[in-house]
Amino acid sequence: MNFANQVVQWFLNGAHWQGDGGIPHRTLEHLAMSGASVLVAAAIALPIGIAIGHFGRGGILAINISNIGRAVPSFAVLVIAVELFGIGALPAFIALVALAIPPMVTNSYIGMREVDADVREAARGMGMRDRAVLWRVELPIALPLIMAGIRTSAVNVVATATLAALVAWGGLGRFIVDGFGLQDYPMMFAGAIMVAILSLIVEFSLAGAQRLATPAGLRPSKPVQKEEPLGIARDPAMVAA
Amino acid sequence: MLATGVVGAAEDPWIRWSWVSGHVDVISAALVQHIELTLIAVVVGLLIAVPLGLLAWRSRVFRGPIFSLTGILYTIPSLALFSALVPFTGFTFLTSEIGLVSYTLLILIRNIVVGLTSVPEEVREAARGMGYRPLAELVRIDLPLAIPAIVGGMRIATVTTIGLVTVTALIGEGGLGSLIYDGLLRDFKTPLVVGTVLSVALAFAADLSLAGVQRVITPWSRGRATA
Repeated sequence: MNFANQVVQWFLNGAHWQGDGGIPHRTLEHLAMSGASVLVAAAIALPIGIAIGHFGRGGILAINISNIGRAVPSFAVLVIAVELFGIGALPAFIALVALAIPPMVTNSYIGMREVDADVREAARGMGMRDRAVLWRVELPIALPLIMAGIRTSAVNVVATATLAALVAWGGLGRFIVDGFGLQDYPMMFAGAIMVAILSLIVEFSLAGAQRLATPAGLRPSKPVQKEEPLGIARDPAMVAA
Repeated sequence: MLATGVVGAAEDPWIRWSWVSGHVDVISAALVQHIELTLIAVVVGLLIAVPLGLLAWRSRVFRGPIFSLTGILYTIPSLALFSALVPFTGFTFLTSEIGLVSYTLLILIRNIVVGLTSVPEEVREAARGMGYRPLAELVRIDLPLAIPAIVGGMRIATVTTIGLVTVTALIGEGGLGSLIYDGLLRDFKTPLVVGTVLSVALAFAADLSLAGVQRVITPWSRGRATA
């Protein structure tokens, strides 16, 4: 277990915890870049998906944007952004925003479409105006799926932010890419572990947030089949048929 | 091997056709490797996913752990997974495939379980009433009816894998990703554009072919096609 020991030693080295290249700073960088990208992408994608779902027009676009997004390699998006905007934080940010948009559009659209037509009718029958139907009926019911889209995007973004180390940006991917360059495999492995843990933390916390976002009236009184403990597969864009 | 036609370029256009025509062999080799990496990953993924999917469908005890484990694999970023494998399996084809297969599992298993679960209980009752034994019921009733969902899962897994293959360029494989990486390293747009366009085209071609396969092997579902 010589290699495992080297990795442990790498983590125990105090120098790796200090300064701009240290673990805490790189982690914060990674989270700040990912968080900012997801927020900006949400500000663009959610109004589009919700509007398409609410007005019922352009559904084909909303569904297919995810399929198209999946077909375009994120690595290619990142490199194209570098060609357009140079190296560093800006191309990384723009590429991450572009990658985060499609799943949020699709999921918020599906969430809005899955609101039972009878429920909508009933709300109108109770005298609600269009805007009240949107804010007080459709959005709360669609919220879990909207959250599913945000979660899918956020996990993608944290993963792709790792690749951004290749285009001279920081974040935790730095340890992997530098470990590669220096053939310092313990550092590379340590970087991989930190990135994996960060992704899982993001996934688990957003899965929790999604559960909290489900309106009390829609929560099953007793847990239905515990099919996906991680919650990942609650993203309908990932299930075919 | 790729260093031609870039030195002294005052302005680098998005595509330089002379480079493309001079590197047809490099480009087609990259395309072939991309297809190989993808095919092996999806086929091996399916070989692992079918038994695990059946297990997850039949047994509640195993369902949780199977989805948790494949979910964790799916969540780990590709670059992290590939580089965590390098100290053990080196810069090899095997490293690429272990990573690529890992990412197909959640998608495939999830769709297999969804497909099998959606077989109507009445249909299975009827099969049992007609004297089908469990294995015959599985092979002749449950699995055929689950095919649209299973092939649907294969389509998503294939398209996802085609995108992820590009990342394996960093560990010396990569198919079309090696062109994209080359474009980045030399700040030369042509290979980047060629690699990206072919990768997207390959994803769409694979998706359409699988959709065609699905139509052919499930003649009963024609006319009420699911996209």
